[in-house]
Formats: sequence, C-alpha cells, structure tokens
Amino acid sequence: MSVIADDTIRIVHVEKARGYWANVGRRLMRDKVAVACAAILILIVLAAILAPWLGLADPYQGSMIRRLRPIGTPRYILGTDELGRDMFARLIYGGRLSLFIGLAPVLLAFVIGTTLGVVAGYVGGLVNQAIMRTVDVFYAFPSVLLAIAISGALGAGIVNSLVSLTIVFIPPIVRVAESVTTSVRTLDFVDAARASGAGALTIMRVHVLGNVLGPIFVYSTSLISVCMILAAGLSFLGLGTKPPEPEWGLMLNTLRTAIYVNPWVAALPGAMIFVVSICFNLLSDGMRSAMDVRD
Amino acid sequence: MSETDVLTPTADVGGPQQPLLEVKGLSKHFAVGGSMFGKRSTVRAVDDVNFAVHKGEVLGIVGESGCGKSTTARLIIGLIEPDAGEIILDGELVGSTVSLRDMRRAVQMVFQDSYASLNPRLTIEDTIAFGPTVHGLAADKAHARARDLLAKVGLDPAQFAQRYPHEMSGGQRQRINIARALALAPRLVILDEAVSALDKSVEAQVLNLLIDLKDEFGLTYLFISHDLNVVRFISDKVVVMYLGEIVEAGPVEALFTDARHPYTRALLAAMPSHDPDARTQEAPIAGDPPNPIDPPPGCRFHTRCPFAEAVCSENAPRLTATGTAGHSTACHMVEPASGHTKAPAPAPAEQEIVECPT
Repeated sequence: MSVIADDTIRIVHVEKARGYWANVGRRLMRDKVAVACAAILILIVLAAILAPWLGLADPYQGSMIRRLRPIGTPRYILGTDELGRDMFARLIYGGRLSLFIGLAPVLLAFVIGTTLGVVAGYVGGLVNQAIMRTVDVFYAFPSVLLAIAISGALGAGIVNSLVSLTIVFIPPIVRVAESVTTSVRTLDFVDAARASGAGALTIMRVHVLGNVLGPIFVYSTSLISVCMILAAGLSFLGLGTKPPEPEWGLMLNTLRTAIYVNPWVAALPGAMIFVVSICFNLLSDGMRSAMDVRD
Repeated sequence: MSETDVLTPTADVGGPQQPLLEVKGLSKHFAVGGSMFGKRSTVRAVDDVNFAVHKGEVLGIVGESGCGKSTTARLIIGLIEPDAGEIILDGELVGSTVSLRDMRRAVQMVFQDSYASLNPRLTIEDTIAFGPTVHGLAADKAHARARDLLAKVGLDPAQFAQRYPHEMSGGQRQRINIARALALAPRLVILDEAVSALDKSVEAQVLNLLIDLKDEFGLTYLFISHDLNVVRFISDKVVVMYLGEIVEAGPVEALFTDARHPYTRALLAAMPSHDPDARTQEAPIAGDPPNPIDPPPGCRFHTRCPFAEAVCSENAPRLTATGTAGHSTACHMVEPASGHTKAPAPAPAEQEIVECPT
C-alpha cells in the first residue's frame, strides 16, 4: 500500500507545472499527419533559404537548344523550362518568393487584424461598430476580385501585391479576433482584473491576448494556403512578380504555352503550390485539434 | 503610491462607528430588446437600494436568482455604472473624494464561478500577483506576496504556485480567488455566491477559511447568497431582495426568527429541514417571479403574495421599522395606516422611516 501511495505522490509532482502550450505541442507531436506536413514544410523552407549554397544550376541561365527537356534528363532532373532554364533550380529558388508572398501578407494581416479585432471586441459599443462595419465593406467583394482590383490599382510588383493581399486578409482575421474576444471579455476573470484596477490595455495584454491568440493563429495558418494561391494567381495575371524572377505562379503562367509539348514539366510549379498549400492546411487542422481540448 | 502602500490596507478614516460602505438610492435599469422599429423596454435590475455595512461586520444579501443581488455587487465595485445613487466608502463618496481606482483597492470581489474567474493561461502565482503589479508593486515582491497569500488560504505555495487553474479542484480554485481578492489588502470583500458552487463539505471548509481570514485581516464582508443556511451562519445582518428592491432588512437572528415580510417568510419556509416533521409538501409561494422587464405596480410581490389586497397593487410600501432595532420591512401589513386590513393602527407620533440596516 505504502509503495503505491508513494508512487502516486511522485506522479503528482511530475505532472505539475505543465503549461497549456506545452500540452498543445505534445498533442501535436502525436498527430502523424501534422508532423509529416511540418517536416515537408521545413524541408521546403530550408531549401529555399539555403538555395544559393546548395550547388544548384543558375536559375536565370537559359539555353535555346535545351528548351523543354522532360523530367529525368541527365543534369536536369526535373527538366528545363520554355527558355531552357533548369526547373529544379527554379523551383527551389521560386520557393523564396512564393513562400515570402504567401507568408508575409498573412503575418501582417495577423498582426493588424488581431489588434483591430481585439480592440473592437474588448471596447465594444461604437468602436466595435466602426471597426466591424468598415471591415464589412471589404467583405462585399470576393477576395480574388479585391486582390486583383487593389493590385491593378497599385500596379504590378512584389510590394504592391503584398499590400493588396494583406488588405484582403485583414477582414476575416478581424472577424475571428472580434468574436473570440467578445466571448472572453464576458468571463469573470476579466471582470476580476478590472476590479483590481487594471487599465484596458493591461487587461488586453495580460488577460485577453493569451486566450484569443490560439484560435486566431490557427485560423491565420489556414489562410496561408489561400494566400499562396492568390499570390500565384496575381503573378499568373502579371500583377505580381515580373519575369525573369522565379516564382511558382509566374512559372505556371509562362509554362502554360508548353502544356501540349511537355505537360509534366509545365505542371511542376502547380504541384509545388499544391503540396505547400495542403501541408499548411493539414498543419493548421492538426493545430486546431491539438488546441481544442480544453484542459 | 509607494510600493509598500500596496501591501497595507487603506487607512481607517471615520472610526469604528462610521459604516465602511454606504449605498444610497442605488439604481440600475438595463435597456433590453428594441430593434430599429420596436420599443425599448427597461429591466429594473436594481431599484433604489439603500444599505450600510459596518466595519468588521458581515452583511448577507439573499434573494432568488434574478433579484438583483449580483448586479448590486457589480455596481458597488464599479464593474457597471449605476444610473442613480451614491456609493460611500468610509465616509467618502466614490468618484469624487475617493477615486474609482483607490476604491478598487479597498473593495475586492470573489465571483461564483471559480473556473471562469481565473485566467486559464496564467499560473496561480501570476493570477494572484497581477493586482499588486498593476498597483505598482515590483514583480518579485508581488510574487512573494502571492506565495504568502497561498499559504494563508491553505494551499502549499511550493506545490501550487506554478500550477494552472485546470489542474485544481473547485474548492482549491475558490481559495485562489479569495487569495487574489486579498492581494490588494482590501477592507471590504464582496463574496458573490462565493461558496454556492462548491459541494457541502468543501463549502464548510471555505466558510471557515473566510471567517479565519476576516479575523486575521480585519475584513468586512458583503456576503451574497441564495442559501439561507449559509447566510445565517456567517452574517451579522441580512438584507432580503426581491425584483431589485429591498423587502426586508435586519439583524440575522431577528430576521430568521421574526420575519415580517411574506416573501421572507416564504423563503424561510422553503429552507430544507433535517426534521421530517418540519418538512412541507406544499410550495410556500407559487409561480415564478414576475418578469422584471415590467415589474408589477405597487408592491412588486403582490402577484404572488397570499395576503395581497387592493392597496398592494396601488402603492409601493416603504421600509418601516419593525420590532427589533435595525429591523425594517417594506410591507403594507407592517406600515401603519397603509390601507391594508392587517396594517397596524397609526402611531401617535410621526413615523420614522428607517434606512436599513443601521
């Protein structure tokens, strides 16, 4: 008996002091799909970052005689594009721009949208109405149309497409942030913090943010894939990256003329977009279920 | 405010005779419903409530759910703005001579839902240390204070300080809420159904803890509950509320043994008893409380009162002194010459309207 009792006590001591995020991480590590997706993403991101040091062929160096080689050609494992540039090198280098333009707008929109949404949800009243009704105006347009319209107005270029995509993703994030904040604000611990004399900013920082960031973060991760596809779409339309920069959406556009000559090579940038989008989506699903358990 | 000030209660101003908290004419009406075209109606959640809490005393507030007990608590601590009325803390009017922020150091509150009132993302220690930090105490001193208070409420700091709320039981969480309330060295603690959600054995432990802490820190309690047994156990004086109004107030024994208002009597009759012979099969009052959106005219209880007469639906009764000192009741059967057949004959001298309880 005493042995059992001692063990129980020891277990209690080991179990204590494990934070919420540590638990989320532990549950996420048990999710094989999420771990696999994270691994693929890390691999692609690392390859993109380290591209200049990987000993790849020059992604800008074309050759008229080596155009549109099929996949598996010696020295060009993934073939060459319509200007004879090495596809493998272009795909890896293309990841730099594509990932940047997929992640940066969501990150910016996450920061701006969370700020606006938390303020709207916490302050309520007229401030809430002002912020949320403004956001509703942006909701009136389909996101693709809005991105094209803003990009078109600002002109082609990476910075402009970044700005337009950020504007597209702020409204949905504000909505999510506002709704979770509104539900947290009514909880007694916020009242207790107010009763202890804390100001609105302190309460938002200490008591509200920690409880709303999780759901907003998960939602934002699910937007990364949408953003990548939209960014690719903008490049495809000639509103994003300009040639000869390697970027998956733009590559898809220029290779489209070769689709009858060498369809497999033409599909490669699309496959990259597909794989990265799916991985971000599955990872965000995994995070959602890892964070879903209350305790 | 210097750092050490946070750890000591604010100074006693008016001496022992001056009530620590006086509530005068407190009213809160909520606008409900009403669309762009519809008419907005108001809920009279708290209507002209007056009472005083003396230093070192426990004032119990009882009533059915929806009677305005919790709204009164939130009005006092400034979580919602009153429409009318004054809150006077130790002789100083809150909002003029004493600021809301200073008042919030002197008055703290323990909420009913022990889980919802703790931030699930903060450790116990951080939760308790939050208030003192807000008032300018250095983080390390605030944490030392949090650990002291954990020990005071019967939780081993070494074991519990770094835990999260979901790792604790309901009784332990309520102890943490009490420690959090005490972290600012308050003089008045409002306990809003603080033990109602706990099971009986834990409830008793927490009640005993509250009594010990009251003696140790020289606290005054405003104890809000629907549980009459608990209120009788802990309170010195009791206020009975019905639909946002005080119907009866007085010293605890006078109120429990000599209740005058039919509503108070019905509440007392509804108390569960250990004695099988004393148990009743019939409900002491019928029906639900009327909709507070349109409270009945006259006495708000007349729709459910077995003694209601014509006068009850016409005039609102006033709180009138009855029997024991400090005991007052708002009922036409108590108020002399009210027009009710059971009303006492008018007294020769002018009747004194007593503000309850003094």
